[in-house]
Amino acid sequence: MYKQAARLVRAAAVLATICAMPSFSQAADITGAGATFPFPIYAKWAEAYKAQTGIGLNYQSIGSGGGIKQITARTVAFGASDVPLTAKELADGGNLIQWPMVMGGIVPVVNLDGIKPNELTLDSDTLAKIFLGEVKTWDAAELKKLNPNAKLPSTPILVVHRADGSGTTFNFTNYLSKVSADWKSKVGSSTSVEWPTGLGAKGNEGVANNVAQTKGAIGYVETAYAKQNKLTTMKMINKDGKAVEANGQTVQAAAANADWAKADGFYLIITDQPGASAWPISASTFILMPKEVKDATAAGEALKFFAWAYKDGDKAAEELDYVPMPANVKELVMKSWAQIKGPDGKPLNAM
Amino acid sequence: MVNIPMSSVSVASRDLAVKRFAARDAVFRLLTRSAAYLVLTLLGGFLVTLVVGSWLALSTFGVSFFTSQSWNPNPDILKFGALAPIYGTLVTSAIAMVLAVPVGLGIAIFLTELCPLRLRRSIGTAIELLAGVPSIIYGMWGLFVLAPVLQNLENSYLVPAVAEIPVLSTIFAGPSYGQGVLTAGIILAIMVLPFIAAVSRDVFETVPPVLKEAAFGLGATTREVVRKVVLPYSRVGVIGGAMLALGRALGETMAVTFVIGNDPKVRASLLAPGTTISSSIANEFAEAKDAMHSSALVALGLILFVITLIVLAAARLMLLRMSKRSGV
Repeated sequence: MYKQAARLVRAAAVLATICAMPSFSQAADITGAGATFPFPIYAKWAEAYKAQTGIGLNYQSIGSGGGIKQITARTVAFGASDVPLTAKELADGGNLIQWPMVMGGIVPVVNLDGIKPNELTLDSDTLAKIFLGEVKTWDAAELKKLNPNAKLPSTPILVVHRADGSGTTFNFTNYLSKVSADWKSKVGSSTSVEWPTGLGAKGNEGVANNVAQTKGAIGYVETAYAKQNKLTTMKMINKDGKAVEANGQTVQAAAANADWAKADGFYLIITDQPGASAWPISASTFILMPKEVKDATAAGEALKFFAWAYKDGDKAAEELDYVPMPANVKELVMKSWAQIKGPDGKPLNAM
Repeated sequence: MVNIPMSSVSVASRDLAVKRFAARDAVFRLLTRSAAYLVLTLLGGFLVTLVVGSWLALSTFGVSFFTSQSWNPNPDILKFGALAPIYGTLVTSAIAMVLAVPVGLGIAIFLTELCPLRLRRSIGTAIELLAGVPSIIYGMWGLFVLAPVLQNLENSYLVPAVAEIPVLSTIFAGPSYGQGVLTAGIILAIMVLPFIAAVSRDVFETVPPVLKEAAFGLGATTREVVRKVVLPYSRVGVIGGAMLALGRALGETMAVTFVIGNDPKVRASLLAPGTTISSSIANEFAEAKDAMHSSALVALGLILFVITLIVLAAARLMLLRMSKRSGV
């Protein structure tokens, strides 16, 4: 008991030191928290930005719900969410403003011996049935029909989903609700839902890891996570009935129809878009900031970082299969930043 | 006496000194007493915070919070029942105790009664080291090493082997994810094993050698000495160690979250994913946007608090009755 207590005290001391240290060494860092979906690209941007300006980004990828909570509590300079907030939610968060930062695809990934990436194809109905627990084995008739040439094992399908609230889940279930009436009535669409089957993992990282660990598993992750973890991705049949792979071009094709100028408060969901080469489960990820900021310097630094990312970050985004926002959307967004005002009531526009 | 000549001077100073001592004692008493009261205040504070925080969920769902296993944080639905986390917590802890208590006792008996002295020290140190491993490491090992091995074993051997046997085929129904209630129970067993072994070893060592020697003198075998002398003499300590272990198993968060599969459902199969109270809270608290969701999670915390209190109280009661019966 005593030993345990001593260990606890020691652990607490170490933890306190660790927590205290960054506040000395990185006082000028930009703080943000939220979605795990864009974390790989934010991390990459932050690295390049730090090399150029010396200012780092401390981004905690705790999930969209956490990001909304943190920015509402004003513990960070910006929040990040894969779920766009409605006008009411923006007001509830203490007068927030949101804008899309980058787009990406959510892709089904599997762990099956002898199956190559993009060898298997799924349609929306089968995907919904798998996650409803109705298609149970890999050699089910639905899968055989879609993949007549693939060697499908007779093993059970093990579903991996998110255990935490998540913007990735929101977009994934939003898609399933659009394409399957059964899904819509039984499960619905939200950042976290009552899953009919499968096991839960924390974060995109957790799902990627679990699929990589578990033979016969299927999960859904952001394409960057599939790429980094070398997971076996699947093709999907889109709204136009064409089989497409998840990559930068297909997400871009899905975004082509999106009309951001008409979207009030940039509220727009881009799943199940028409277009022969459109990736069906595409998503944009959003930044949240208060319109009246207390710490004008911190907020100003954050805006400078986003302006830099819009200007110089496209290549890095494309390398990770994210899709940069179109130039006209970037312009709209940067104009909207005039609404962000410091304690003196003056806009913080950092351009 | 050397200080007689100084006595007239020192009477006054002794008075002063005594007063000073009295004052110091009073301060000391006050400090220790407030430390003791602080514990009570903290305990009361926790309870009040938990009750207040969980009130929204408990008053909305009432009894169904304990009987329903529907856990739906979808903001359009927001329906919460704690049956699955409660079930997962109790079952994983039970599996852990069933596996760890016999093995832990075995280790302790071997170390104190049968082991050569040199080996005794190295095994003893290994157990203490095992007790010091942080839980997240058990979790990672469980996910990356144990889960794939178990998945393979269970799907290839266990599930087909019991497929025809009535009850077992339900308890061990496939398919196995490698992660689930059983895996979490096994990880917990490994985690609490050193506690049980170390505490049992320490209490076995308190058994007076004269008792054991007397039994040996009567012709008892080692097994009989352990069963009839060592265990009865030290059972209070052994149960104490087991309860300590159970307390750890009930509240363990990180390692369990890694391997239990995090799916809030009550399923008959031990191979199926489940969830526990602490891993539900760890997974969802940061993300709980809705007041009702937060409140339901705090209510889970309250339930865990109460379960732990009940376990401790039961342990005390058991020990009390045992010592009364045997008149120790």
